Amino acid sequence: MSENIYITETTIEGDEDGPLAGRTVAVKDNISTEGVRTTCGSAMLEEYVPPYDGTVIERLKAAGATIPGKTNMDEFGMGTTTETSAFGSTDNPAAPGHVPGGSSGGSAAAVAAGEADLALGTDTGGSVRCPAAFCGVVGIKPTYGLVSRYGLIAYANSLEQIGPLAPSVEEAAELLEVIAGPDERDGTTRDATDHGSDYEYAEAADGDVDGLEIGVPTELLDGADDRVVDQFWNAIDDLEARGASYHEVSLPSLEHAVEAYYVIAMSEASSNLARFDGVRYGTSGGYDGNWNEAFAAAREEGFGEEVKRRILLGTYALSAGYHDKYYKKAQDARAWIQQDFDEALSEADVLASPTMPVTPFELGESLDDPMKMYLADANTTPVNLANLPAISVPVGDDPGLPVGLQLVGPAFGEKRLIRAGSALA
Amino acid sequence: MSDSPVDPDEVEHIAGLARVELSAEERERFADQFGEILSAFEALDEVPETDSEPELTNVMRPDEVRDSLDQAEALRNAEETEDGKFKGPRVS
Repeated sequence: MSENIYITETTIEGDEDGPLAGRTVAVKDNISTEGVRTTCGSAMLEEYVPPYDGTVIERLKAAGATIPGKTNMDEFGMGTTTETSAFGSTDNPAAPGHVPGGSSGGSAAAVAAGEADLALGTDTGGSVRCPAAFCGVVGIKPTYGLVSRYGLIAYANSLEQIGPLAPSVEEAAELLEVIAGPDERDGTTRDATDHGSDYEYAEAADGDVDGLEIGVPTELLDGADDRVVDQFWNAIDDLEARGASYHEVSLPSLEHAVEAYYVIAMSEASSNLARFDGVRYGTSGGYDGNWNEAFAAAREEGFGEEVKRRILLGTYALSAGYHDKYYKKAQDARAWIQQDFDEALSEADVLASPTMPVTPFELGESLDDPMKMYLADANTTPVNLANLPAISVPVGDDPGLPVGLQLVGPAFGEKRLIRAGSALA
Repeated sequence: MSDSPVDPDEVEHIAGLARVELSAEERERFADQFGEILSAFEALDEVPETDSEPELTNVMRPDEVRDSLDQAEALRNAEETEDGKFKGPRVS
């Protein structure tokens, strides 16, 4: 295939029966698959073959799904375009010549191109929702703790969740049903039934938005492209015509989400990626010198530029003299954002915004300018900082110009998002 | 540019802490980029001190003996092993 969707094509067969029998689910290449290499899009792990399955893989197999391959991604999930992959960029099937978004770009492209029925991605600051929006498919970022991260190779533990991508909201909900639920091997998982929900997500996809109150955070429209904003309001009009109503609301904390997100994510990454020293797995290079010199040489060789940039900035933000200035203030911002969302969601059932403030970049356009890439995450990162669920659904009528609408709900409010989102896709 | 510019020596110092070797070219480029990125992060100064009251609970389980990866599986991805152990570079 021409899009470079998969890093590894394979066939992992699931059980004969189950809710996903007969369907294919492409899996992002940072989720461990027993006996099938799992690279995280990095040269560091080019040869790494996990000795065990992640929990979501066990659940996919038990549900009867077939896994057709491991999908391309930004290296270790660090990117918004899938261009930081050591395995080359992926073309966008919905807008050829453009990036598929990231970091789960291969997973979204697999669904958009019909190479897989469904896909799993991971979302640390928008990495499921961004590629869903750019490729014109549906993506769900679950509430923090709804889906087990056991077997997910960590980038920023306090922010990331595994989530489904699919052509429709109902199909994404079916996949969420299979992967959600507590896991004793991930102590951060929580049982949705203790938090006012159940796991019957697919049945919520009835498109009923009669009486739904939508809050529209003005901060998330301010910097967006006109073309994106036009499509966004058309979709809100559509929901209004079906019985929903909306009001604008201000969440001033969201102005600081991108900085807070990057400080926290980079700090966690600098710690998580310390394990890649080339001794137990990864590229050691056989360098001479003491262990510090050998590790530094192996990491220079195995990591790409964006990964190095984030490890170094995270190390800087946590270093003596800077911790209070960056990391502690980012945690304050995180708490402030959580408070703002709580308040806004006490006056609205869901909050709506464009998923991405821009349409897909052309391939190669943003690689030289890290800040430009980071700012594209303005609308998605607040959700991870607040541990909330969100869905991106395709809207608009221009097939060459995919636009996603993001709906954010209260913790464990996935069914509400699925119900509202299914009115659109 | 930032009012606290980052110079290539400082990048080199951080890279040492992070155990990542850098080429001279990377040091220069990162110094420029870090100046811009860190000056964007300075906006966090405007964030008010905010109390957070996360619901934290200990997650415990009984300490039961169970099977784990066997030694061969655990060593399978290592480039060098010796007598059933990982072999790393010398310490100093």
